[in-house]
Amino acid sequence: MKSNSPKVFKDAAAALHDIKSGMTLMSGGFGLCGIAENCIDALTLIDVKDLTVISNNIGNSGRGLVKILIQDKIKKAYCSYVGGNPDLEKRLLSKEIEVELVPQGTFSERIRAAGMGVRAFYTPTGYGTLIAEGKDVKMFDRPCILETALHADFAIIKAQKGDTYGNLWFKETARNFSPLMAMAAKITIVEVEELVEVGEIPAEDIHLPGLFVQRIFQGKNYKNDIEFLITEGV
Amino acid sequence: MSWTNEQMADEVITFFKPYSSVNLGIGMPTVIAERMPADLNVMIHSENGVLGVSGRPKKDSVSPTLINAGKETVQIGPAASFFDSAMSFGMIRGGHIDYCVLGGMEVDVERGLANWMVPGKKITGMGGAMDLVNGSKQVIIMMNHFSKDGTAKLLKKCVLPLTGKEVVDIVVTEMGVFKPTGSSFKALKLAPGVSLGDLKMDSSLLSN
Repeated sequence: MKSNSPKVFKDAAAALHDIKSGMTLMSGGFGLCGIAENCIDALTLIDVKDLTVISNNIGNSGRGLVKILIQDKIKKAYCSYVGGNPDLEKRLLSKEIEVELVPQGTFSERIRAAGMGVRAFYTPTGYGTLIAEGKDVKMFDRPCILETALHADFAIIKAQKGDTYGNLWFKETARNFSPLMAMAAKITIVEVEELVEVGEIPAEDIHLPGLFVQRIFQGKNYKNDIEFLITEGV
Repeated sequence: MSWTNEQMADEVITFFKPYSSVNLGIGMPTVIAERMPADLNVMIHSENGVLGVSGRPKKDSVSPTLINAGKETVQIGPAASFFDSAMSFGMIRGGHIDYCVLGGMEVDVERGLANWMVPGKKITGMGGAMDLVNGSKQVIIMMNHFSKDGTAKLLKKCVLPLTGKEVVDIVVTEMGVFKPTGSSFKALKLAPGVSLGDLKMDSSLLSN
């Protein structure tokens, strides 16, 4: 089954072979937790530019997506938090790239909406702030603003374990935005620490059904960086 | 004598009911997790996808995939669960989280909060703060009373861009506990030895 599955690719470069300049890319992870390390490294070697990137942090502390940010491959970024990412904050303040800051819950819901076929929704989050400027306001129990779905051409995500159909299992808090992005992108590329045969992940333990996954490969050389290591008594 | 961060955390904790849920913001509020009495049975939510955070891991049980929203390593307690960001923010936006405790740059009498950018100078982004202030049942701000230039951060009207309008319920600073009423701050409690004059706030902004 592993070799026969059309979803299984050799590596990140093979899975990303048809990404083009100007495309929209979603990238999973919270800070550096759960990021698609192999895909990001492969993107540093692919000749693309003017990408629109949808990612909560666009990397952090010089790592993750910062690798392609400093190669000037990103034209526009959607994210919720740039603290801890001086490379992005600098480009945002100097307007070198366009950044749309989105409240994190609105960010995840806009991505979820795309995957669910919802075109737009009203939410109180951001009402009365800069985020609401130019947006439709409607009174429900309280004033709400209209937010639209966020789609992508590609999503690059990482799971701890995946089978050859693309069924995924995520470890601890590494799940974050990844299942939502997988549902919102036309082509979802998944890298896994353990690629297994179908049936090895019990059906009731599957966090994301493989229906949403177009490509999967066995990743390698994971760093799994910790940003702030704090242990008991420290 | 103003309160220490730990004493401020203890003041915040007095608002928590047993078996309730709380989201703790990045920065100063994280100390609450370390001060929380175990027998209060409060579930700590972290918006990156975990309910039931409980202290720090031992050196030999650190996991790079078990972090809080501040990207710090944590551990989980009994009854904990993991989930994706949509469910995590569904907990917040759907009104299922009892309290959020956030840091602040400015709070005003109209219950406005500013804590995500200083135009032209600093932008951290709002992260989950705009969702938290609109979705949590009660919004508690834990912050220093004075800015670096020595002026009070409790204002008639926020100058910085808002995180939320008419959202703040309680403000805890090293000087006391305050409730914005719409027209003033009601001083619910002052730290020992602190007088209203020490707050450096116009008397029209204070009420009893």
